[in-house]
Amino acid sequence: MDLPELIEIAQKERASEKLVQIRCCVAAGCLSANSQVVKQRLEEAVTADNLTEKVEVRGVGCMRLCCQGPLVQVEKLGTGDWAMGTGEDSKQSPHSKLYEKVTPDDAPSIITAINGGETTVQQGDLTHPFFTSQMPIVLENSGKVDPERIQSYIAANGYQALYHVLREMTPSEVVDAISRSGLRGRGGAGYPTGLKWATVAKAKSDAYNDRSDRKFVICNADEGDPGAFMDRSVLESDPHRVLEGMAIAGYSIGANQGYIYIRAEYPIAINRLQIAIRQAQRLGILGTQIFDSHFDFKIDIRIGAGAYVCGEETALMASIEGKRGTPHPRPPYPAESGLWGYPTLINNVETYANVAPIIRKGAEWFANIGTQKSKGTKVFALAGKIRNTGLIEVPMGTSLRQIVEAMGGGVPDGGVVKAVQTGGPSGGCIPAAAFDSPVDYESLTQLGSMMGSGGMIVMDETTNMVDVARFFMEFCMDESCGKCIPCRVGTVQLYKLLTKISEGKASFADLELLEELCDMVKHTSLCGLGQSAPNPVFSTLHYFRDEYLALIS
Amino acid sequence: MVVKTLTINEQLISAREEETILQAAQDAGIHIPTLCHLEGVGDVGACRLCLVEIAGSNKLQPACVTKVTEGMEVETNSDRLQKYRRTIIEMLFAEGNHICSVCVANDNCELQDLAIEMGMDHVRLDYHFPDRKVDISHHRFGVDHNRCVLCTRCVRVCGEIEGAHTWDMAGRGTNSHVITDLNQPWGTSDTCTSCGKCINACPTGALFDKGSSVGEMKHNRAKLDFLVTAREKQQWLV
Repeated sequence: MDLPELIEIAQKERASEKLVQIRCCVAAGCLSANSQVVKQRLEEAVTADNLTEKVEVRGVGCMRLCCQGPLVQVEKLGTGDWAMGTGEDSKQSPHSKLYEKVTPDDAPSIITAINGGETTVQQGDLTHPFFTSQMPIVLENSGKVDPERIQSYIAANGYQALYHVLREMTPSEVVDAISRSGLRGRGGAGYPTGLKWATVAKAKSDAYNDRSDRKFVICNADEGDPGAFMDRSVLESDPHRVLEGMAIAGYSIGANQGYIYIRAEYPIAINRLQIAIRQAQRLGILGTQIFDSHFDFKIDIRIGAGAYVCGEETALMASIEGKRGTPHPRPPYPAESGLWGYPTLINNVETYANVAPIIRKGAEWFANIGTQKSKGTKVFALAGKIRNTGLIEVPMGTSLRQIVEAMGGGVPDGGVVKAVQTGGPSGGCIPAAAFDSPVDYESLTQLGSMMGSGGMIVMDETTNMVDVARFFMEFCMDESCGKCIPCRVGTVQLYKLLTKISEGKASFADLELLEELCDMVKHTSLCGLGQSAPNPVFSTLHYFRDEYLALIS
Repeated sequence: MVVKTLTINEQLISAREEETILQAAQDAGIHIPTLCHLEGVGDVGACRLCLVEIAGSNKLQPACVTKVTEGMEVETNSDRLQKYRRTIIEMLFAEGNHICSVCVANDNCELQDLAIEMGMDHVRLDYHFPDRKVDISHHRFGVDHNRCVLCTRCVRVCGEIEGAHTWDMAGRGTNSHVITDLNQPWGTSDTCTSCGKCINACPTGALFDKGSSVGEMKHNRAKLDFLVTAREKQQWLV
């Protein structure tokens, strides 16, 4: 495989594109609403009308407005830009139409509309802030490329960044580019990605007195926060993007083996990853001597049995090694001693998905997006009591108000937004009064919450905040691995206290004990799960203490 | 051999480079409470009793797995640490069924010793009253899961010293428990060599010799020390 060959594949793919593209969402959300049958009926309708020469029906990834699924987009090519294009060209094409809640019986009607007729199928408003406020970098191909065909990804300039890196850059130049871009870990903690890569690149292996320079790259796809589905969407919509990011990371740190650790609850994502890996290997884009260079890189999938704690890096690595998925104390950090004792780079799905565009468009381009300390965009899964639920990708620094009120459209049926929960069980609740704060790592931490992987759950006035805290505590209690005492027993005690409070049976002494135990669990637990388990309690106590007091007195 | 100097509780001490804070403190005669730590087997940092404060870091670090560094300033017994440790012990008492008066290990129990050391005279927390089993299918030994504190000493001593790896963990969170082989009755285990190391490693009365009555179950840690010394230093000193 060579650059001309890559370009040839891209050109051939683009040339084969038909005049009209009907894109049908086949990501998990829409599939569960029967979109597979919708796609099949659309294909049948196209054949029945003898339109196969002009019209292509394509299964694509997530088109974001999940609450209105199944979604079908009709695009007349050569007449305008992509409906949801990248950054500057995200303007709406007048020839693009989004159909919502499409049933299999709607298929002929959509074809009629393509032929210039009238249709009764519900149409989405692509000029709504939900779409126009987005800035797709991670999701730039989502809803456009066919995730099961590598040619489709190559036609969207895929794998060019990898080629460029392997043939024209030294590993340290790659690390330098990532550092200059200001990209921070999208798993939630926001550790500078370039710094992490540089550390692993410099690390020397001393595992088992091995002189070989073995290193590993791991993609953490063990997304498990309640209400979060960003990583799943990225993997289902654009799996090659993640593979490309991992290969670039492997080259820059000197690793030849990558693992994607993904939970078994994501069968579609696993399936598409397997297809993607096989296709890339066949083209010589993964495997040995990639693009005829001296760089070898293999990627294997490891399926987790669905333990939340296995998202914690040390537990995740134990699980890959075939051991019980429990964390162990750090240091040593994975960068120094990770998988089987070798230096290991471990990043989240979304972090890797940012890599190829940074290489392709330059570190400066990326560094110009976002805020002073948080660069680029962030994908959020908008859920809860809100009109438009689904996926959004916005530049860092966008205000919560913009996200919840303008893009999300507020609470359905005229309710009032009370708070938004970010960061999952490790995060906290942000009250509506603080909605003018920008969404970036520092601001959210200051508000007592965190970025987390990107779950955003909107709550209205009917929500009882003690119940919210209790729900997240129950989650942590169930998901605690049981290794350390503060987390194993502490979460149970906290859950019992919260239940007592919500049932109106608690005294002030119980509230005091609750706070004392929260402080203790936070500071003494072994890993991040326990250390952050009290966060929802802290933040609800901080902003909604009166609700606790009302239940006590 | 590189030697580091550090202060523990404002006492200046020296330690070998590869030593942990716990080892350095023990050498200097400074006591740090531990439960999951057992001399001779690997540390897991799970009980969180040996957490110490290190100057310049907000995070508390477990002394059993944290290596000494030059100029390190360690505080092992601040009011805050004492409070946390007391709560940890309370939590253990609330979790299992630790009624000393009917326990085979009464008076020979590390959990009991720790409770006394922490000045824990009552439990403020709710008891869990879990449904835990007793397994006396083994011809010589028994396991009472109600008295287990999940320190995994038995798992490690069986895996690392005896090499049988009969014990392991199953379940998660509050349902975690130790198991033998593939969660089968201990008596039917094919791998158990009946060596009794797990019995001697157990800090409480969870693992016991059959036939022991209240207070009769004594732990012989010297036996484990002897084996470890023999293996690591090739010395067979009785």
